[in-house]
Amino acid sequence: MSDHSTHAHGAHGHAHGHDDHGHGGHGHDAPGSHGSLKDYSIGFILSVILTAIPFWLVMAKVLPPATTGYVLLAFAAVQVVVHMIYFLHMNSTNEHGWSMMATIFTVIVLVIMMAGSIWVMYHMNANMMPGMQMDTDAVHGVHDMP
Amino acid sequence: MSEFTATNQADNVVGDSSRYYVTEHHPENGTLLGFWMYLMSDCLIFACLFATYAVLGRNYAGGPSGAELFELPTVALNTAFLLLSSITYGFAMLAAHKNVKSTTIIWLGITGIFGLCFLFLEIQEFVHLIHEGAGPQRSGFLTSFFALVGTHGLHVTFGVVWLVTLMFQVGKHGLTMENIRRLTCLSMFWHFLDVVWIGVFTFVYLMGTLP
Amino acid sequence: MLDNIDLTKLIFGRLSWDAIPYHEPILIGTFAMVAIGGLALLSVLTYFKQWGPLWRNWFTSIDHKRIGIMYMVLGLIMLLRGFTDALMMRTQQAFSFGDAHGFLPPHHYDQVFTAHGVIMIFFVAMPFITGLMNYIVPLQIGARDVSFPFLNNFSFWMTAFGAILVNASLFVGEFARTGWLAFPPLSGILASPDVGVDYYIWSLQVAGVGTLLSGVNLIATIVKMRAPGMDMMKMPIFVWTALCTNILIVAAFPVLTAVLAMLGLDRTLGTHFFTSELGGNAMMYVNLIWIWGHPEVYILILPCFGIYSEVVSTFCGKRLFGYTSMVYATLVITILSYLVWLHHFFTMGSGASVNSFFGITTMIISIPTGAKIFNWLFTMYHGRIRFELPMMWTVAFMVTFTVGGMTGVMLAVPPADFVLHNSLFLIAHFHNVIIGGVLFGVFAGINYWWPKAFGYKLDKFWGTVSFWLWVVGFWVAFTPPYILGFMGYTRRMSHFDVMEDQWLFRIALLGTLMIAGGIGAMLVQFVVSFMRRDKLRDLTGDPWDGRTLEWATSSPPPAYNFAFTPRVHDNDTFADMKKMKYERPLKGFVPIHMPSNTWAGIVIAGLSAVMGFGLIWQMWLLVIIGFVAMMAAIILHTFNYKRDYYIPAEEVTATEAAYTRLLESHV
Repeated sequence: MSDHSTHAHGAHGHAHGHDDHGHGGHGHDAPGSHGSLKDYSIGFILSVILTAIPFWLVMAKVLPPATTGYVLLAFAAVQVVVHMIYFLHMNSTNEHGWSMMATIFTVIVLVIMMAGSIWVMYHMNANMMPGMQMDTDAVHGVHDMP
Repeated sequence: MSEFTATNQADNVVGDSSRYYVTEHHPENGTLLGFWMYLMSDCLIFACLFATYAVLGRNYAGGPSGAELFELPTVALNTAFLLLSSITYGFAMLAAHKNVKSTTIIWLGITGIFGLCFLFLEIQEFVHLIHEGAGPQRSGFLTSFFALVGTHGLHVTFGVVWLVTLMFQVGKHGLTMENIRRLTCLSMFWHFLDVVWIGVFTFVYLMGTLP
Repeated sequence: MLDNIDLTKLIFGRLSWDAIPYHEPILIGTFAMVAIGGLALLSVLTYFKQWGPLWRNWFTSIDHKRIGIMYMVLGLIMLLRGFTDALMMRTQQAFSFGDAHGFLPPHHYDQVFTAHGVIMIFFVAMPFITGLMNYIVPLQIGARDVSFPFLNNFSFWMTAFGAILVNASLFVGEFARTGWLAFPPLSGILASPDVGVDYYIWSLQVAGVGTLLSGVNLIATIVKMRAPGMDMMKMPIFVWTALCTNILIVAAFPVLTAVLAMLGLDRTLGTHFFTSELGGNAMMYVNLIWIWGHPEVYILILPCFGIYSEVVSTFCGKRLFGYTSMVYATLVITILSYLVWLHHFFTMGSGASVNSFFGITTMIISIPTGAKIFNWLFTMYHGRIRFELPMMWTVAFMVTFTVGGMTGVMLAVPPADFVLHNSLFLIAHFHNVIIGGVLFGVFAGINYWWPKAFGYKLDKFWGTVSFWLWVVGFWVAFTPPYILGFMGYTRRMSHFDVMEDQWLFRIALLGTLMIAGGIGAMLVQFVVSFMRRDKLRDLTGDPWDGRTLEWATSSPPPAYNFAFTPRVHDNDTFADMKKMKYERPLKGFVPIHMPSNTWAGIVIAGLSAVMGFGLIWQMWLLVIIGFVAMMAAIILHTFNYKRDYYIPAEEVTATEAAYTRLLESHV
């Protein structure tokens, strides 16, 4: 694992270096450029745990369904944050804070889109399509698979 | 028509003009920020598909439901493949930053293989479902399922193509500044796909299995 | 099944000779005119041997200034087509009463109003604002180009090829008949089995990619490439509005992409996103498309608010009043634009609680815009106002847009909207704000920045003629729809029966003819200005006594924009520089690093259009070939690492010296 092809890197690195004059080596301004083995390992182990538990909860039918649903969402949210921190190296200084701001804005829009659509469509369905509620009981019935 | 006489004349000496320019300026490279912006837009495509799944996801139209169709052990295996591919990509990046070309390419290759395993299992699942009459045309639920999971799979496919291309380019040109930038972008893309998958397996598979 | 694949079907799909509209005299006539005009243009280009220069200096150019001009040309050409649609509709409505049925049967009329909307929004308004932002933003922030020049070129061609696809529908096949947003189930495969909706879907998907990438590009540019010393709160206000616009683009256009893809899947694969059976939900389409649609209208107007701010400040000789509040107002509008979308479908049935929420948010969003109007007025107060054309358009905007905004607040009240939804009142409202807000802003911008781009001012006489015909024509054309909407008239009708109301439609037609005169006068203005350009020459680069950095360059600027990157100390940088008697450096220039031209943008975009055409007509072989070729071109392009060159210092010195001589000759 100590095969050093530095010569090629050196020659090309400097020829293309114009955009990076102000920045020491390679990509120091880059989000995601500086993980460490420790970061990836912690992230991996946390992710495994945060994945295994939800699967177990559902497959073993441990909790009542409604509760399970909320717990699953909570675990997912936490795991997303784990990925962001340990794999995507997200922090508030990347790109002078623009990375974080963009992410927060996207999350806000995402929440508005999802919550808004669910809320709006729930009401639309209730008022305009009385036979097609989003709950399962009404429609889930006999089904034959050819 | 521009007059160089000022309206409020500063009585003191004319300012040194050189304070108004710099002789050499190298703007920061915007590739990584730009790619992150693109990724945020991609996130919103998925948000749209998730929203659609949220609305249509229980419209079984008398057909099969998630509980009847999903095989959670396979989903768990797929999740494992994707998570492993994330960490192997991480190892590739570590090697790239240590400037070790061959190790980088090897870890990239392993990542690609995990990605292909993921795709293989997913395609197998899709073919099986279609074969069982539970294709995307069967119901609103299945339409939104195939769209969401399928779009994710398409992204992984493009990621693999990109990965193979980068393996060639790193092999040919080495770990140049430009290539490291490209590897970083793909790294963001790859991890992002894993983040979306968290949403998919939670919201679609696990919650879809719940009554 | 594999044994007997019909080869013709594989190659030609649904395309056949029937696709050509032999029996439609209007279309045959249009085709004849386009063919003759097109051939004439091609002959002229060939005769003057301009293909090489056109390819080298324009089509493959990554210079943001060239690309900006190409966007404006595209917008202008499509304005002519979109306006022709408008004229056809107004004529039809003015004459089609009682036993008279006009000249457009419903089948054709429906395509006209659909095409009118699609073209005006996507291929006129969007290219105009994108073109202006592209040209001006790098100059105003003291940069040499955008962050991703190649992507910029590619984005332009995606938009252009989207426009080409829409125009192809005129002569090969037909266009959608669903209205510009193509709601299912009308746009589904059962009600619209023909290619029209497919043309709609694929031209917008192609153009949408271009717009999205342009959004990414301009955000990165504004964040990363500002001149030293230009903090966020020292940026010109146009740059702030451009930033917010592009944030909206990046956050909204993905939704359009996803929704159109879903509609396409419903139509082609028989899925059930928006169908009426098997679990689809057509209302979800309306919900999602307006989640895109509302931010879209703010995308259109925000750059124009920025233009007005620049114009008011320059032509009143004063710093913009309330810069900070303007910035915050823009940011608030950006965020709030995501919280109002349901006001486009109050009547779809979500009930009182949902409607009230969105009605209130809609009313709230008018407040920051109102704050902007006050800031412009306060800037004008005690200013030394010069009524050049840009300022005239701005004043017309203030009056026109305010009325349009007020009718918007009326529509924001759900019970009122229950009466006015989809009536001619709504039509009048949105034309009021789009023409009065967006189009007047674009015209102000064109008159303001034309000297910078071309080196000579636009003729004021013909500009004034155009201005008055537009403004008066607009009010004559759109006051009747307000009245008719109150009376209960529905939009998109090609025939009416109440003879007593025909006169109002005739007045509307008269107004439209006045606007036609306005457009004609504008074209004359361009021609006359070009012919008189020596008398209208801008020798200094600063014809209006401007306040921002774009005026610190020659007109037109050199390829590299600034020989030395400016250093910024205050808002209204150029005004500051002039006040402090800034003198341009005359020596010490260094080689300037510039990006190279590229073939890849036009080729990849062209291939995507080929794919789009194949998808529309279900020519699967063409789709596969197009896709493979496109991927190959993309990958090939990424193997090109050498995409830059240097302008030698001697050349920079020579260019700057020429500008110096020009300045000295003028003084």
